[in-house]
Amino acid sequence: MNRKHRISSGILTVFVLVLMLLVGCKGGKKPPQEEIPVKLPEDNAEILKDIKQAEKIFQALPSPIESAMLVKSAGGRFDESLLNPVGNVNTYVTVKSMALNLGAYTCDLSFASLYEQTQLIIDYMNAAKKMADGLGILKAIEESTIDELEANINNSEYIMDVVSETFLNSNSYLEDNGQPAVAAMVLVGGWIEGLYISTQLVDMNEFDGNKLVGRIIDQKLSIDILINLLAKSKGNPAVDELLSQVAKLKIVFDKIKLTTSAVRPEYDQATNTTVLKSEVKTDMTPAVFKELAATVTEIRNSFVK
Amino acid sequence: MRIFKIIPIIALLIVATSVKVNGQCKAFAKKECLPELENYTHDGNYHAAVLVEGEEAELYKTFYSDMEYRVAIVGDEKLPVIEFRILDTNKNVLYSNKDKDFAKTWDFKLQASQQLKLVIKVSSFNQPGDTPSSGCVAIMFGFKLKK
Repeated sequence: MNRKHRISSGILTVFVLVLMLLVGCKGGKKPPQEEIPVKLPEDNAEILKDIKQAEKIFQALPSPIESAMLVKSAGGRFDESLLNPVGNVNTYVTVKSMALNLGAYTCDLSFASLYEQTQLIIDYMNAAKKMADGLGILKAIEESTIDELEANINNSEYIMDVVSETFLNSNSYLEDNGQPAVAAMVLVGGWIEGLYISTQLVDMNEFDGNKLVGRIIDQKLSIDILINLLAKSKGNPAVDELLSQVAKLKIVFDKIKLTTSAVRPEYDQATNTTVLKSEVKTDMTPAVFKELAATVTEIRNSFVK
Repeated sequence: MRIFKIIPIIALLIVATSVKVNGQCKAFAKKECLPELENYTHDGNYHAAVLVEGEEAELYKTFYSDMEYRVAIVGDEKLPVIEFRILDTNKNVLYSNKDKDFAKTWDFKLQASQQLKLVIKVSSFNQPGDTPSSGCVAIMFGFKLKK
């Protein structure tokens, strides 16, 4: 009996070693002659057809960092009362609430960083860490990162790099570990938070010609991207709920007129940059703006409690 | 009884190894693609996948008139060159890196905010019967405020 166990264990050990070697070889760099030959049909047409069908589509929402930068560039002021209070962290216990608030806190962290709110930067980094840890995202934000942040608190460029890297760590972990629904919810949380803050900062007495209103109208260009991003995880109850909320937002965005002329690329040799020239016509009435602001607030309040 | 102790260890090893393989594009993106952004601030988003020779990927993103952008698209050294084109919503090609010796980056700014489409294609040099190579392809965006 013991001998049987020893034999079984031996076979299993060999099996594990062979399996690890096979899987490990997949990503390693080896000279071509060492590669295991794979027999393929002479005609690659079928393979190429399969490849074509497996086409990958990325839906890229503006990141929380980009959203915050847009508000600042449009002249938006900093208002701490508009951020999700860090005291709320312990109330988020579901995957959905932690994912959405990881996005929201990263957006708030980006605002605090751009407006050089030193104490808030640390507080919001800790809040984002708590969400990332709760979602099981390994090494997204380490204690050492927060220590280094404190040591470089007056170096705004360094801080933005850290915020960008920690966000990259979170969403790459989720994508690479088969959690696209959670990754999508993080992005949506950040986008909603940015849109909420922008709409709250608009002074209705200075509505016409307001640059911030222009940036809010631009978000109409991303609403289909957001819906397509979530639709990839349709069937996930949390995502389905979000999709129905976002559908209300799309109804309001559809009331905004936005027409763009043909785009003409012009290369500027001096700066080695291409300028995409085009004209845009937009029209959003104050009534539609108020409806948009109310809908965004309703969605935001459903997860920032 | 020992076999029952070994089975969970095997399962754990298999899971750990597959996570390592899946996680390779993150390390690749950070090491090979991120430095291409140079003095642009990375937006923090992650777009990377394992692509096979001849395979295409698409990316949709809104770009804003207040910003200057750099897009960096880098493929694993095992892959042939990566072609990429930028199209507007009317499918007009605004840029193709084929005209710039398959450059990995493109710098641009916009007069008005636009949703653009990026089409990324791993070119193919394999012959009939050859095994198509595969590897990570990472797409990253950097931005800075317009001067």
